[in-house]
Amino acid sequence: MIEVKNLVKLYGDKRAVDDVTFTVQKGEVLGFLGQNGAGKSTTMNIITGYLSSTSGTVTIDGHEILEEPIEAKNRIGYLPEHPPLYLDMTVKDYLNFMFDLKKVKLPKKQHIEEICNIVKIADVFNRVIKNLSKGYRQRVGLAQALLGNPDVLILDEPTVGLDPKQMIEIRNLIKSLGERHTVILSSHILSEVQMICDRVIVINKGKLVADGTPDSLSQSMSTDHKLLVRVAGPQEEVKKLLAKIPGMQEVTMVGQRENGEVFDFSLEAEKGMDIRREVFKRLAERSWPLLGMRSSELSLEDIFLQLTAEDSASSDSGNGGNA
Amino acid sequence: MFAVLKRELSAYFSSPIGYIYLAVFYVFSGYFFFGVLYSNTTSLSNVFNGMFTIIMLLIPILTMRLMSEDLKNKTDQALLTAPISLLSLVLGKFLSALIVYCLGVAITLVYAIVIATFAQPDWTVVFGNVLGMLLLGAALIAIGMFISALTENQVIAAVGGFAVGFSLILVNSLSSLITVSWMQKFVSGLSFMERYDEFTNGILDISNVFFFISICAVFVFFTVRVFEKRRWS
Repeated sequence: MIEVKNLVKLYGDKRAVDDVTFTVQKGEVLGFLGQNGAGKSTTMNIITGYLSSTSGTVTIDGHEILEEPIEAKNRIGYLPEHPPLYLDMTVKDYLNFMFDLKKVKLPKKQHIEEICNIVKIADVFNRVIKNLSKGYRQRVGLAQALLGNPDVLILDEPTVGLDPKQMIEIRNLIKSLGERHTVILSSHILSEVQMICDRVIVINKGKLVADGTPDSLSQSMSTDHKLLVRVAGPQEEVKKLLAKIPGMQEVTMVGQRENGEVFDFSLEAEKGMDIRREVFKRLAERSWPLLGMRSSELSLEDIFLQLTAEDSASSDSGNGGNA
Repeated sequence: MFAVLKRELSAYFSSPIGYIYLAVFYVFSGYFFFGVLYSNTTSLSNVFNGMFTIIMLLIPILTMRLMSEDLKNKTDQALLTAPISLLSLVLGKFLSALIVYCLGVAITLVYAIVIATFAQPDWTVVFGNVLGMLLLGAALIAIGMFISALTENQVIAAVGGFAVGFSLILVNSLSSLITVSWMQKFVSGLSFMERYDEFTNGILDISNVFFFISICAVFVFFTVRVFEKRRWS
């Protein structure tokens, strides 16, 4: 359905998008994961024809976006990061305008009503967009993208700035839309992508660093077996004791606190092993107080660091890569 | 194109801009028309002459928001990703401003009818005048729209429009200072006022008509290019 080939976008010397290639099958929901400034929006703007790529091609259902822009754009509904709303119009006028602009051939009144019901904005239909809350504006933006039932929906950070309740609503909505449309969705929230998408692409600094299902991605990132502990006791002996725990692979001293009597250790056990109880038991036997313990959960930041480090490995294997 | 045209027209009249433009246009043309009535003549040329400077000042008000507003609110993303060509988008905007402008110009026909109740005005001259005013406005709107496409700041777009308007007025006095004859010819050839004056004097020179239409075409084309270029940069 969507084919992106060797996409490059230069802003001066900066490579905003650097040789990105991927395809999206019909009916697939693809998540686009990346930090701010990673090149997500730029890629989406190129796919929708708002920007032109420096090199590379984008094909929507067999129509190249630059060669047959009208054919290709006909198949796309786009919700940019900042919803393109005319604030001085009412929701009704705005949707009517977008309906005409997109030259939709469906029965107008009925179609707009239908979409308003899907995204639940029927109650603000006659209000001026300026006076709507962020959540409603986002939904009007989404309604605009849905006009004409396009095959492809491109949604750029659709849940940014919403409150948690709205976020859940919009996510559920997108999930249900995924049953009838091919969706590309960008986000910097890992759990959101995990919940909605069939497939995830991670980009960093314009480069594609991972491509796989959410499960494979999170498995490769799983960190249950890594712990950080803080112990009051003699450094060397504690280290030796911890190293004797079955399945323990590595114990490293990472910090010293409170006049050199308290130490932080980073522990790494075999994958899938839960060593937390064992650590507590052994320290208790020797009466070395355990002052703190936390699993070194990876933030998105860490995942990116990890992914960029494995950059070459993961692009060879074509998926998240089991680290 | 018609979707854009319709929206832009309604935008003029859902904000004060359309009304302010019309009010100012009517007030000043009314003042000049009063002069015509007072001096016991059927020639409306004074009205058209006097409106030249007013139009130069008013058109940037009409055109300043045409493109800048979309750039600022990022609504250009909706327009440029819609399945329409850039040209029809630009033309839709251009025509919307032109229609609002025409609503202003239409008042001169009312003046002509008022005159006609006293004595027959020279209708061919009146229509020549109206045509000149329309062409002048269309050319200035195209230029103003082009300037508006260059910036997302409406104030800058308006000031840029004023600057162009004043330079076009200055061109006249400038050309009289130039002694090199070909250069003088070139500079005075750029003068909007000289060409417009021919209309108000009742001369319909086809080259003047072409001049204004070409200015429109060139700046509509430039505006399309600005969008093209922004996409590639």
